[in-house]
Amino acid sequence: MTDRTSVTITVNGISLTGLAEPRMLLADFLRDELRLTGTHVGCEHGVCGACTVIVDGVAVRSCLMFAVQADGAEIRTIEGLATDGEMHPLQKLFAKHRALQCGFCTPGMLMTAIDLVDSTDDLTEEDIRVGMSAALCRCTGYEGIVNAVAEYAGKVHGKEGVR
Amino acid sequence: MKPALFSHLVPTTVQEALEMMGDHAAEARVLAGGQSLVPMMNFRLARPSVLVDLNRIPDLSYIDDRGDYLAVGAMTRERAIENSALVRDACPLVYDATLNIAHLPIRSRGTIGGSISNADPAAEYPATMLALDAVMIAKSGRGERSIPAAEFFEGVLSTTLNSDEILTEIRVPKAPADSGAAFVEICRRHGDFALAGVGAQVTMDGDSVAAVQLAACGVGPGPVRLTEAEAVLRDNSLTNEILSQAEQAASAQVDPDGDAHASAAYRRKLAGVMTKRAVQQAAGRAGGGV
Amino acid sequence: MNDDVRKQTGGYIGQSVPRREDRNLLLGQGEFVADIQLPNMVHAAFARSPLPHATIGDVDTEAARAVDGVCFVASGADVCAELPPINGMQVVTPQGWRDRVDTDILIPDQPLVPEDKVRYVGEAFALAVADSRYIAEDALELIEAELIPLPPLAEAETALATGAVLIHEHLGRNVAAFLHTKKGDGAAAMDACPNRLSRRFVHHRYAAMPMETRGVVAEYDGRTDTLTVWSSTQIVHWVRREISTALDMPEERIRCIAPDVGGGFGGKGHVYPEDILVAWLAKKLDRPVKWVEDRHEHILNAAHSRDNIYDVEIGFDDDGRILAVTSSFLVDSGAYTPVGAGIAGNSIAHMLGPYDIPHYETDCKIVLTNRTPNAPYRGAGRPEVGFAMERAVDLVANHLDLDPAKVRFRNMIPADAMPYEVGLTYRDGVPMVYDSGDYPEALNRALDALGGLDDIRARQKTALAEGKYLGLGIGCYVEGTGVGPFEGASVKIDSTGKIMVAAGACPQGQGHETVFAQFAADMWQVPIEDVFVTVADTGQVTQGYGTIASRSTVTASGAIKIASDTVQEKAFAIAANMLEAGETDLEMRDSGIGVKGVPDMHVTWRDIARAAKPGWDNQRPDGVEAGLESTSYYEPPTVTWAYAANVALVWIDPETGQIDIEKYVEVHDAGLLVNPSLADGQVKGGLVQGLGGGLLEELAYDDQGQLLTGSLADYLLPTASDVPPIEVVHMETPSPLNAFGVKGLGEGGAIAPPVVIANAVCDALRPFKAELNSTPVRWGDVANFFDGATA
Repeated sequence: MTDRTSVTITVNGISLTGLAEPRMLLADFLRDELRLTGTHVGCEHGVCGACTVIVDGVAVRSCLMFAVQADGAEIRTIEGLATDGEMHPLQKLFAKHRALQCGFCTPGMLMTAIDLVDSTDDLTEEDIRVGMSAALCRCTGYEGIVNAVAEYAGKVHGKEGVR
Repeated sequence: MKPALFSHLVPTTVQEALEMMGDHAAEARVLAGGQSLVPMMNFRLARPSVLVDLNRIPDLSYIDDRGDYLAVGAMTRERAIENSALVRDACPLVYDATLNIAHLPIRSRGTIGGSISNADPAAEYPATMLALDAVMIAKSGRGERSIPAAEFFEGVLSTTLNSDEILTEIRVPKAPADSGAAFVEICRRHGDFALAGVGAQVTMDGDSVAAVQLAACGVGPGPVRLTEAEAVLRDNSLTNEILSQAEQAASAQVDPDGDAHASAAYRRKLAGVMTKRAVQQAAGRAGGGV
Repeated sequence: MNDDVRKQTGGYIGQSVPRREDRNLLLGQGEFVADIQLPNMVHAAFARSPLPHATIGDVDTEAARAVDGVCFVASGADVCAELPPINGMQVVTPQGWRDRVDTDILIPDQPLVPEDKVRYVGEAFALAVADSRYIAEDALELIEAELIPLPPLAEAETALATGAVLIHEHLGRNVAAFLHTKKGDGAAAMDACPNRLSRRFVHHRYAAMPMETRGVVAEYDGRTDTLTVWSSTQIVHWVRREISTALDMPEERIRCIAPDVGGGFGGKGHVYPEDILVAWLAKKLDRPVKWVEDRHEHILNAAHSRDNIYDVEIGFDDDGRILAVTSSFLVDSGAYTPVGAGIAGNSIAHMLGPYDIPHYETDCKIVLTNRTPNAPYRGAGRPEVGFAMERAVDLVANHLDLDPAKVRFRNMIPADAMPYEVGLTYRDGVPMVYDSGDYPEALNRALDALGGLDDIRARQKTALAEGKYLGLGIGCYVEGTGVGPFEGASVKIDSTGKIMVAAGACPQGQGHETVFAQFAADMWQVPIEDVFVTVADTGQVTQGYGTIASRSTVTASGAIKIASDTVQEKAFAIAANMLEAGETDLEMRDSGIGVKGVPDMHVTWRDIARAAKPGWDNQRPDGVEAGLESTSYYEPPTVTWAYAANVALVWIDPETGQIDIEKYVEVHDAGLLVNPSLADGQVKGGLVQGLGGGLLEELAYDDQGQLLTGSLADYLLPTASDVPPIEVVHMETPSPLNAFGVKGLGEGGAIAPPVVIANAVCDALRPFKAELNSTPVRWGDVANFFDGATA
């Protein structure tokens, strides 16, 4: 039963293959097998959101999926946001709005926000607060995070800001 | 917090899944969205030795209009339900309930069948299905059964599904044309399981309640059909007096336990308040006013 | 005044300089302990007690050892045979404090893995090491341990009861410390007070709960007999010290590094058994060993905090002048008390807050129970005592039918009384003197930010007439910050002329690298890019203390300044030699030293560094030793006093008791703000933690000593949608106690929210004469007041 099987995932546009027991969590596979440690593990029961990654276009908890379930999937992680060393607009806005302190929740915050903004073109500040409540930050008190996501939503959807 | 060892079986058809469940009924569990089961496995509070993973069965994910009802495949993600105009129009209570489920990344994976089969007493879907008299379609190698919601939920994390059965489809009656629906809950934080929640579908005839369907979550060992409050409301106008009676009837009917988050008495009280609010909101949406 | 300071110090101090920490963290290129992967590394996991109190019988590890992939298993007896317990008093209180405060302290040592008894749910009784964490957890399930239940001491009052079973038999009692102190006539003054109120106040148990759990990786190099330990800690030098003691190795052969640390807030502010055990395992197994605490372990096993019971009496005249305060309080310290009397010491020192109160007496028992050990968490004794005191002030106001704001103004120390001698001793052993500030002004500004007291009361009246419940909550505090004993820093001028700074501080998100670079850039008159900062690495600074107790900006800046001054003295001598000028004719400018008034006569730090080198062709004057570097230590004279006024408006839903905060304001004064934006983030982050503690977070135990909230689904951290509109206003009254006028501010935000919420709710419920004297404030309890009214 401890047999490891080959798992191939397209991560940030690159096809990567590793070995996983069926029980290996996707978060552990990304971090320990594929050595993409930008995705963090904060609770392993789906509450904190630090491990959030985008699987086939939607944000999911990578601690609540087994790696074998992601075989063949396309995954986007924090490492894939920047282009040629140039930070993604949301990354820049996080810095601008002081949306991080320790940075541990940041990967999950970024991926949660990107899915939230990409999937909804009519976000109010309240929607952003509710949407971002999917991930926990213990340092900032969320003000900077909400402001950064609001400005990003405005940029993506061609508006000045949110309603 | 790492799961114990298990064998991972990945059927690609319902038939294949049913055979696997037949072969391993005693030690197997169905893996749907995994948003409840995997945390339990990570804590090693659940340790199935075989997982039958339904995630690669495309035939289990659909929302079909079948005239009087919507048929929803058990593996339909909550997020797909939330995004379905069909659900929003035909079964607005299901839509409203969905918005109250956890958070978007959880709804990305979580499935309607998984939530209903898991039968968490605080979950929104079981109460919703109970309120709407939905029908569960369960399959096994032995055949197919239709189980009315009222006969499906047994208790805490317990249903009348047999160990070799898989919930494959949920049939939700469409809302009457002049009805309104609302799922109202109170949580300590947005996205948490409710301290008390009530789903209401109300059909108005002028100022009078022609039909009303109510069920509560979080206030008992399973979802509770609020029959007493329904009886108070039926054929009555929604006066403050009647709403107050419905509130008291709901409080009196439920039998919650207390825990670290709320006492039993407080949950009982909230069941009444949520009932009143859900009815008011649903009636407002029905155009009936309050 | 701040502009003057900024002018003096140059360009960076006082500016919201962007964080140099951000880029790596945003790109996913941070390195936390869990991210460290070393060749041949194995993974440790701990078997933890499901019982709060039990005798350990036979521990059979044989089946666990047989698991494929397991390389080591040890019981408590195996560990105790090789390793001593961890010293109970990691923080020693100074003689000056013990002389002036009555103490009777018996702190138990903590076995790294006990062999005789387990004393709380979550205490380890065995460990396993395997090729993966998964396999290590498989092994743990096969360890058969005989745990024979003992009566659980589930709370402090149970542990104090006559005939209670002893948790640490050799102490002969369940009290780790008795403390007592007094000001003026103490309790004796109570008899003369025209009015007296007595109440019990309870501040419940909650915890730091950083998003990154704890974790340790250790690697031993047998060739050089050196250990490298990466720990997610706030105090690398303490970790090194305790490993050195336990493994009998020189401290200089152990290097402890805290890489990126995902929050700490005090919870990582002392040495834990795992810090030592993982180092021991790495040496014993001669393989790198990793242990990353999982969230369940973290909630059970990482230090909890708060959990105090206060019995308070307050005496006052008819005008609301407070004449005397007495308190008798219990600290439920859990099974061990790793930071000794630190929390209680803070509580004793902070009870009187911003008020001029002539008589005060307090005693405290630090009680050992079968709960998880209690250690400082953001605020550390101040939120607890602040809850008791600020509730009591509101009760005084209610009793006299006065406005709580006016009672506060009546009792506050006025600005012209600064510096103010309190008449107590701080826990650094120094008599307490509030160094600077304007407490009434802070409260005035806070109330103004809510529209002003008159407007608030008018709104409240209107609301009540409409059957709506609006309340004003107030909470004021003072906070001793920047406590000693010391901090260390090393400053070197690299041969490239770059300024290399290392400090003993260990940040967990505060932005120390940025802030220390601001200090150093101004001290050396260089562009900030020319300053390189290293923190949290014992290999860089011989002695350091760490980042706890709102201290690093104050203490590390002091150490960087002393080290810089020392190096600059030498640099000036060398520059004088190079420029053939007198030292008094020289000035620092343009990344070097030049002759005043002569633009061309200038040498850069690079030139001077090369001139200072040892060996041939150096340009040092006679008697000046080679090299431009210094490691220096700042020993603050005593603490600087930050303070704040907090106010909030809340609405109550009469049907559900639900509390909706319309707005929360904190007016905060931490002296000169080195980086205002980062300071603002610290205060706001702390505030939200305080709101969490006041409303959501709870480590709830049942009467059998079982923790009921062992996951993040039950331990409720605030989310983005739980946070009300918050306004933080900064006053900047410089401290006279240090060169930059700075005070500490890491903890302040977390201190007041619980009492502000309780006061606001009680204010809204004044028609019911409601009292909520315990935390967390529960909606259900609030709703009950309305039920009572209608019944």
